Amino acid sequence: MSTTTVTAPRHSAGQGRAAEHHKVTQGRVLVSEWIKLRSLRSTVYTLLAAIVITVGLGMLFSGVMANRWSRLDPRELAHFDPTGVSLRGVFLAQLAIGVLGVLLITGEYSTGMIRATLAAVPKRLPVLWAKAGLFTVVAAVLMVAASFAAFLGGQALLGTHGTTLGAAGVTRAVVGAGLYLTVVGLLGVGLGFIIRNTAGAIATLFGVLLVLPILGAVLPSDWATHIVPYLPSNAGQAVMSVHQAPGDLAPWTGFAVFCGYAVAAIIAGAILLKRRDA
Amino acid sequence: MIEARGLTKRYGDKVAVDNLSFTIKPGIVTGFLGPNGAGKSTTMRMILGLDAPTAGDVTVNGRHYARHAAPLHEVGALLEAKAIHTGRSAYNHLRALAATTGISRRRVDEVIDLVGLREVARKRAGGFSLGMGQRLGIASALLGDPATLILDEPVNGLDPEGILWIRNLLKDLAAEGRTVFVSSHLMSEMALTAEKLIIIGRGRLIADVSVADFIRSSSRQTTRVRSPQAAQLRDLLAGPDVTVASSEAGVLEVHGLDSAAIGEIAAQHAMTLHELTPVHASLEEAFMELTRDSVEYHGVTAGELVGAERSAA
Repeated sequence: MSTTTVTAPRHSAGQGRAAEHHKVTQGRVLVSEWIKLRSLRSTVYTLLAAIVITVGLGMLFSGVMANRWSRLDPRELAHFDPTGVSLRGVFLAQLAIGVLGVLLITGEYSTGMIRATLAAVPKRLPVLWAKAGLFTVVAAVLMVAASFAAFLGGQALLGTHGTTLGAAGVTRAVVGAGLYLTVVGLLGVGLGFIIRNTAGAIATLFGVLLVLPILGAVLPSDWATHIVPYLPSNAGQAVMSVHQAPGDLAPWTGFAVFCGYAVAAIIAGAILLKRRDA
Repeated sequence: MIEARGLTKRYGDKVAVDNLSFTIKPGIVTGFLGPNGAGKSTTMRMILGLDAPTAGDVTVNGRHYARHAAPLHEVGALLEAKAIHTGRSAYNHLRALAATTGISRRRVDEVIDLVGLREVARKRAGGFSLGMGQRLGIASALLGDPATLILDEPVNGLDPEGILWIRNLLKDLAAEGRTVFVSSHLMSEMALTAEKLIIIGRGRLIADVSVADFIRSSSRQTTRVRSPQAAQLRDLLAGPDVTVASSEAGVLEVHGLDSAAIGEIAAQHAMTLHELTPVHASLEEAFMELTRDSVEYHGVTAGELVGAERSAA
């Protein structure tokens, strides 16, 4: 077990060249983070959970609706939104993807891994860009795909009561659902860098997403109209609704506002990462 | 080469590292000694740019650590055992670190073999023992074949075989011309491994000496004398600068006279000696005395003392 033969060929003579050759670059940090992302079982399971929830729950709700169709009352029928029903799983899936975004960062802090990471990349910010960028791409691809699967599966079950991607606003809503989930996770990444503690970051994320709208609902209406549509989850969910309720932000405007929150969290995280002791 | 100049770290009112200056030279193992809570880990984190100094400066090979383009090739560090995500395998952990600077998989396999973790490299690191965690930490330090190694308490949790292994590894690395800086709170371990010592207490530099000088200067010599006439001999040895203690009947511990002088006195009075042994105070004792002095010398407040005791406990 204990070999004392030491290391590989030294490159003391060419230390300068070696440094050039082995420079830390954004691309290399990206590869490193990709290895990290793939090599944790929890990441894979959480992503799978988000997909299964989005697709499974969407199809379940669609199936139930189709089944109960003849017994729905006229008011329900009047408000029936086949796209919304098939995308309903998103509301639960956001928990999984949000937790994943947080854990991607706080998992390193709670285990002490962050010190190894930052000793390898002492400029620090490349780690944040790599993590955020990688998460965005992976989550966007998988979540948009899951959202299409949920929609198509749901519409198949709804049959003649369903809708198609060609109908007004539908494709935008389906893509939007996947994008909404992606940005929820990205907000988690930002909060992870700011708060560094798993429980604290998760509580903050879902406090912001789930509790703020409830608090907003009791505001006097002249305030509420100026505040409630801009709350993160209300703004973000505008893009995944086919029909906007009165007072809602326009779909892409709302999504842009939601992205603004995530970007603000990431920038705050970047500033703190650079300034604080690891 | 590691150079610290006036390095200081304050956490609120608490001074963890206080105006520390030293130079760590290549080619030898330098031990970094101090009681728990003396500021060793904080100093090492500042060398690696993980913690920012409140004042002062520290460079590795003439540059701040973060300024090196290929940091893993410049400095290899073991900061704490198991600074690794528990869900990831040792192999993937090393691969991820290696990727940041373009180190090949072959090198990853090489360091895994070097530290003897081949059989467990694909298992989740969460199940590793402290000793295995230390070996993995050492593997990550060696990954970039760096000219400087900084290891914080590397022998913690290792079995005797592992301790011997690391002792030889450190000496070999230094013999290859590398700078090797190793912290420990065990003087005895450092006496066997290191050639030079930086000793700190309460964040301040207490000594910057070679191990040989430390042993020479700090060894308070006593002489153990065993004699059937110990009681009479005790009276004969008495003098203004001499103290004689006795921990068991027939045995004297004499301080202030060397063995030659004691032998002469005994011979003059025709006394029988069964033993006459010069005894050096253990290094551990010398070290404890040195660090205790520093605490007294720097007049601390009661609150700080309580804090120090707590962190030492």
